[in-house]
Amino acid sequence: MFEAVAFYLFAFLTIVMFYITVTTSQALFALTALAAGMIFISAFFFILGADFLGAVQIIVYTGAVMALYAFGMMFFDTTRKVKEKNGNKYIVVGLATLSAVMVVAIFMAPIVSTNIQVFYPEIEGVGNTQMVGIVLFTKYLIPFEVAAVMLLVAMVAGIVLAGKKMDLSLTKMNAEQIKEIEEKDKKVLS
Amino acid sequence: MEKYLYIALFAPLVSSMFSALFTNGAKKQFVGVVASLLIFSAFVSSSILLSNILNGGEVLHVEMMTWMKSGNLYIPFGFVVDQISVTMMMVVTLVSTIVHIYSIGYMDHDKGFNRFFAWLSAFVFSMMILVMSDNFAGLFIGWEGVGLCSWGLIGFWFHKNIATWAANEAFIMNRIADLGMLIGIFLVYWNTGSLQYHLAFPAMAHLDTSTLTMIGIFLFIGAMGKSAQFPLHTWLADAMEGPTPVSALIHAATMVTAGVYLVIRSNELYSLIPNVGLFIASLGAFVALFAASMALVNRDMKRVIAYSTLSQLGYMFAAAGLGAYWVALFHLMAHAFFKALLFLGAGNVMHAMHDELDPFKMGGLKKVMKGTWIMMTIASLALAGIFPFAGFFSKDTILEVAFSEHHMIIYGVLVFTAGLTAFYSFRLVALIFHGEERYKIFGIHPHEAYKFMLIAMSPLLILAMIAGIFQEPFFNMVEEILGAMEYHIHSHVTVWIMLVGTQLFVGLAILFAYKKYYSWGSVPDGSSAMENSFIYKLLYNQYYIPFAYKEYVMKPYNDISAIMWEIDKKVVDASVDGIANAFYLTGEKTRDMQSGNLSTMLKWMVTGLVGLLSLAAVFGIATRYSDEITTILSGLGV
Amino acid sequence: MEIGLNHYLILSTILFAIGLVGIMRRKNLLLLFFATEILLNAVNIGFAAISHYYGDLTGEMFAFFIIAIAASELAVGLGLLIVWYKRHGSIDLDTMTSMRG
Repeated sequence: MFEAVAFYLFAFLTIVMFYITVTTSQALFALTALAAGMIFISAFFFILGADFLGAVQIIVYTGAVMALYAFGMMFFDTTRKVKEKNGNKYIVVGLATLSAVMVVAIFMAPIVSTNIQVFYPEIEGVGNTQMVGIVLFTKYLIPFEVAAVMLLVAMVAGIVLAGKKMDLSLTKMNAEQIKEIEEKDKKVLS
Repeated sequence: MEKYLYIALFAPLVSSMFSALFTNGAKKQFVGVVASLLIFSAFVSSSILLSNILNGGEVLHVEMMTWMKSGNLYIPFGFVVDQISVTMMMVVTLVSTIVHIYSIGYMDHDKGFNRFFAWLSAFVFSMMILVMSDNFAGLFIGWEGVGLCSWGLIGFWFHKNIATWAANEAFIMNRIADLGMLIGIFLVYWNTGSLQYHLAFPAMAHLDTSTLTMIGIFLFIGAMGKSAQFPLHTWLADAMEGPTPVSALIHAATMVTAGVYLVIRSNELYSLIPNVGLFIASLGAFVALFAASMALVNRDMKRVIAYSTLSQLGYMFAAAGLGAYWVALFHLMAHAFFKALLFLGAGNVMHAMHDELDPFKMGGLKKVMKGTWIMMTIASLALAGIFPFAGFFSKDTILEVAFSEHHMIIYGVLVFTAGLTAFYSFRLVALIFHGEERYKIFGIHPHEAYKFMLIAMSPLLILAMIAGIFQEPFFNMVEEILGAMEYHIHSHVTVWIMLVGTQLFVGLAILFAYKKYYSWGSVPDGSSAMENSFIYKLLYNQYYIPFAYKEYVMKPYNDISAIMWEIDKKVVDASVDGIANAFYLTGEKTRDMQSGNLSTMLKWMVTGLVGLLSLAAVFGIATRYSDEITTILSGLGV
Repeated sequence: MEIGLNHYLILSTILFAIGLVGIMRRKNLLLLFFATEILLNAVNIGFAAISHYYGDLTGEMFAFFIIAIAASELAVGLGLLIVWYKRHGSIDLDTMTSMRG
């Protein structure tokens, strides 16, 4: 009973939040609604017993991703409304619904026909976090490491793209050149 | 001995390739000289081979290399020098040597001098392949090769429309006949399992008559095309558009006799089917008369000689059809000599008259061109079959054959044709060399040909005079292979009556021709009563056969082609264009999709995604329920 | 009233549809990124639910990796976005038509 109530409540909240995200004309509203939606989604993970995943959801999305977006938005003139001129709304909604239903239907088809095998059954008496650790560091060790490298690459890329004067190398410059640059920066700041 | 065989075969090829090197350049005298020397070396080699055969040497049979080998099919590049092919080789190399030397003078002022020798030598090479090959496939290669070279040489002056037209006509007519020949060759392989003469012919003895008849008829169709027998004869007269040495070599002495050679070579086959042989003989006799009648009135010097060639080929086929293969071969040889001589003489006259061909516009040339006059007169005597020239021995033997085989109609036709032959030959001689000098009206100053040309022709002159004495040795030589028999009429009185009768008849025809044309005074302008008579018109228009071909073969074909062209445009082209246009229009219409706007593109992406997902779903369901779908479809009767 | 796998999948479908609508309708590039996040989260719910109802951890693992991918995509995407904004002063999709065919 409790589970049902929780599900419907969070489902309602999530849908509303995401709906706001895609419809509002204010970027700040959208950002806030998205962050809220992410937190609500983590509630589902807790309900489903995926405690670790829920925690990661909150930390990564709400903590890191949203913070990044928030900082990113500082670069843009978010108060300026982007004029949106749209075509037929029904076509867009229809297409979206259709494709969503079909994706789910196709991925569900093998499950419904019950020819699916359980590869990593949950072991009795072992907590979810512990279980995740076991699987992640045995079967999925290499994908895990690859994901880590990918994150590193993304981080470097993000810094290079967003940072200033990243095309210059201080190590290859002599003292005079560095001084020149520093003085230029001072002028800009003052 | 093998060495000489290869020299005889490949010297013309070397000559052709050597001359071909200079085809783009200006005229070079040494090209002609080198080509002539190489052909002469082939002649010398052939002579050595001949002497070997005459001295009772072995028949030379070599396999140069394997050509085709797959399954049961085995065709080598094999060559054989037996009594038949050595005769042909002698004829081919001798006449072509003389024609090569003659051409140095004849083509003196021609821009295509080097090209001419390339083609001419290539022809000799093809002809050598044709006569020396030991299998039907090699024969066919040579057969096509001479056809190609004939095409190139008839159309040698390709800037003249009529020459290219004649070249194409010859080529196409020969293709029609070659189809028959190919079918014949396929049948030979199909039924005997081999294309090599020494395997195929013995195997034929075990086949049933209807199969052999089919083979014989189809092979003979090929021979009909190459030897210009009725109804495929029209190309030969038109082929006279080529240079005169070409007419002498290809369209008189060698290529056109390839059909006769084929029949002689296949003598073992034709001996088994006398009915086909009789048909060949009848057709030959018919063509002899038919062509001679057309020659009577023609006003083109070269065409007259061409018709006489046709007529003489008819004689050869008559002899071969009656089983007298050696007589046919002998007449082939003798004919090659005097006909080439006649043509080369005509070439001299043409040169002198600045390419004028109408004998009525000549006359009295005897004074200016003494050498040519003597040569052409003797050649005409040989052609008419007057004792003791070459034609007498060969032609008279054919008549004896027809008589002793009791084919009196053929005999009668051939004797009558002999009279016609004499008449038109001397009509030509009388008009050209005697009478008033009509050429003066046209302001032409004739001159005799170069001396070396006349000297080059002299071997032919001698042979045309004395070839008759070779009859006995020739008979002894080919007896072995052609199963020759002497044709003797038992009663001596009959023989003498026949001989003297024929000679008298021919002599009277000659006298009549001289009487009628010796003092011809004017150029006919189509107003005299004779020129308006029905028979004259019929003969002058070649029995309206070219007209009929044009009207009833070419015209319907053109009409069908026009219709097909419409169909091609409206159906084939339209559908191809339609496909292209469909793509083009699709591209043009869907260009708007590429607006560069990310939002629009995302929409299209989702649309595409939906499409792909639907496909996946449909196929997934179809696989899942394949058994049921099969049941339903089979229920529907699919 | 028992909450089953179907409930989660329906929820997942709805969220996915919302995300797609967002992708197709918004003209602000930043909001387009938001919509992408919604799509990824919708899928995550589905994975987690299947994982739970079948007692198999594979689904959850995929959810982890998807989170990792989302994070890296964000980092690079946002960087590019900033570069673009510096160049053109606008992140309106309708102005980005340099790829017009």
